Amino acid sequence: MTDHTHELDARGLNCPMPVIKTKKALAPLQSGDVLKVISTDPGSVPDMAALARRTGNEIIEQTESNGEYIFYFKKN
Amino acid sequence: MSDDQPKKVALIASQGSLDWAYPPFILGSAAASMDMEVQIFFTFYGLPLLKKDLSGLGISPHTNPAMPMKMPFGPEGFQKINWKIPNIVSSNVPFFDAFATSMMKKTFAKHGVATIEELREACQELDVKFVACQMTMDVFGFTRDEFIDGVEYGGAATFLEFAAEADISMFL
Repeated sequence: MTDHTHELDARGLNCPMPVIKTKKALAPLQSGDVLKVISTDPGSVPDMAALARRTGNEIIEQTESNGEYIFYFKKN
Repeated sequence: MSDDQPKKVALIASQGSLDWAYPPFILGSAAASMDMEVQIFFTFYGLPLLKKDLSGLGISPHTNPAMPMKMPFGPEGFQKINWKIPNIVSSNVPFFDAFATSMMKKTFAKHGVATIEELREACQELDVKFVACQMTMDVFGFTRDEFIDGVEYGGAATFLEFAAEADISMFL
């Protein structure tokens, strides 16, 4: 598991809320901070990747288990 | 950042039923989350989406054959039934639209979909600009004090000036 400084629980939320909440959670972070996001929305897999590409906040690790999708965003 | 200049998104919200209230607020909030600059122009039946009180938003399944009519409760098999409601029923049963609206709200909530109020608030927090069409406000008799704070007012030229520089433009 990747070390992370912040965590966002987006379980149970559907499009576009996981993306919006991730954006809001990343906003106050320092460059280099790592945010862990947990989602249960399968649509968040392509959506988080798109968010990362557009905003430059890289997904450094991504896992899936038992219907939960976990993303580690590194704040740019 | 993919580009130096932020992408611009120009949306027109022209529909005010509960289902069609979603696209402008979903796309607006998602685009703003992706560092895009967003303006939504509310005109004609989109204007009520700016009202402080959104409790009047509803759907009317009558003559909309594409709208699934499924129950958000009960056994799984029951929930999968798509009730084909004849138009003679949807047009004559009292409070049919109110019932259908209530079912749609329950279905959305069950699937973790945010409410229109929540998505509109997210848009405002993310600096999405809301512009109300002054002409249709006058025609339909809307006043500025009925609308939420932070709304700007303008006409076709106001929208087009922004849209002329936009990377994405959509009429919803």
